[in-house]
Amino acid sequence: MSKVRVLVGTRKGAFVLASDGKRERWDISGPHFAGWEMYHLKGSPADPNRIYASQSSGWFGQTMQRSNDGGKTWEPVGNKFVYDGVPGTHQWYDGTAHPWEFKRVWHLEPSLTDPDTVYAGVEDAALFRSTDGGQNWQELSGLRGHGSGPHWQPGAGGMCLHTILLDPSNPQRMFIAISAAGAFRSDDAGKTWKPINRGLRSQQIPDQDAEVGHCVHRIAMHRSRPNVLFMQKHWDVMRTDNAGESWQEVSGNLPTDFGFVIDVHAHEPDTIYVVPIKSDSEHFPLEGKLCVYRSRTGGNEWEALTKGLPQSDCYVNVLRDAMAIDSLDKCGVYFGTTGGQVYASADAGDSWAPIVRDLPAVLSVEVQTLP
Amino acid sequence: MIRVVLPAHLRTLARVEGEVTLDVEGLATQRSVLDALEARYPMLRGTLRDHVTQQRRPFVRFFACEQDLSHESPDAPLPHAVATGAEPFLVVGAIAGG
Repeated sequence: MSKVRVLVGTRKGAFVLASDGKRERWDISGPHFAGWEMYHLKGSPADPNRIYASQSSGWFGQTMQRSNDGGKTWEPVGNKFVYDGVPGTHQWYDGTAHPWEFKRVWHLEPSLTDPDTVYAGVEDAALFRSTDGGQNWQELSGLRGHGSGPHWQPGAGGMCLHTILLDPSNPQRMFIAISAAGAFRSDDAGKTWKPINRGLRSQQIPDQDAEVGHCVHRIAMHRSRPNVLFMQKHWDVMRTDNAGESWQEVSGNLPTDFGFVIDVHAHEPDTIYVVPIKSDSEHFPLEGKLCVYRSRTGGNEWEALTKGLPQSDCYVNVLRDAMAIDSLDKCGVYFGTTGGQVYASADAGDSWAPIVRDLPAVLSVEVQTLP
Repeated sequence: MIRVVLPAHLRTLARVEGEVTLDVEGLATQRSVLDALEARYPMLRGTLRDHVTQQRRPFVRFFACEQDLSHESPDAPLPHAVATGAEPFLVVGAIAGG
């Protein structure tokens, strides 16, 4: 029978949650790296026992960890992230020029085919790659060197590169997203990049439809249809059908189109999930009711999924890397909250139950579907 | 022989318990001690000093012999009691919440 392994990064360590295909009973291991901020853990699609983890601390900076046995044991790997050439400046919150400074790794994206190749999205925004299992990291500086770089500004959480999508049908193509610069695409394996933000409108910037400056929170893709992307922006849920050349809003009947996570059903490319969050300053569910919203039509028409989720007095947030979907049938949907709950649905969102309730604030959730 | 006491998180990272002892050739300074420490435990590179500038991380402090040596030159000689192993060189994570 198939199994699933959920990798949870929190403010104070990492946890590995494992279950069989029924996804009813869970074994919980952790905390791994107790006391450290674990922004993200992700397994290699080419070798599920190879897992990479970003471990950081306000005191001791960034370290990186790698497991070769599915998260049972770990070894430190390279943590030297040095910007290519003269780093230059981006805009600070007040509009002044600010030097690029490495702070942490937000997101890890292992290669689809090579366990030793992994991409890292970092703050201040840049993309790094390792081809030796995380020992050494080189910046793909064509992104930061894009002419718009000096105009990028941090979002409230920092100027982070938080999304990396690899096109399974075209090894040359990848997408990234930066808060608050926007989305970018490379068609030459990361050497050069173009902004793909046409159609996005953001009230928070002087030119609402500028080439860059949009606070993209998350992008998701279904592997069978890599030209179709779904985006949760600071405000608005968006969709592109042409690999980002243009975007259309698909917020439809959502009660609020602010949120962080967005993900796609494993077997239905037009079924997508978001968690609407009240904003700008509150960042908790509307009326204290935690709801996942699902669209089966690729956006615009949304239904609230509430069965098993708290429908009163719930004031948690669901951060941008904290939703994942397994590939079982029916697919499982998972998300973690800043209140330390990890919820799971084994029926594609129809009903939910907590796997754990009292972890530290959850920063990221990934799931591996194992044979 | 130089004795170094690491904070708990870095002992875990380096997989050591208790004090670390190092042989440092030449003059015992912050730089020579940290160089020897990082040579023995490469996973500590970048956690105490910036990889490129080699500047002390802001929330890391160096104490010895009841003195705060954090703002001393990295090439200044460490106290004799540290150089002889009578007193440890303390790496401390600043108290800053969390």
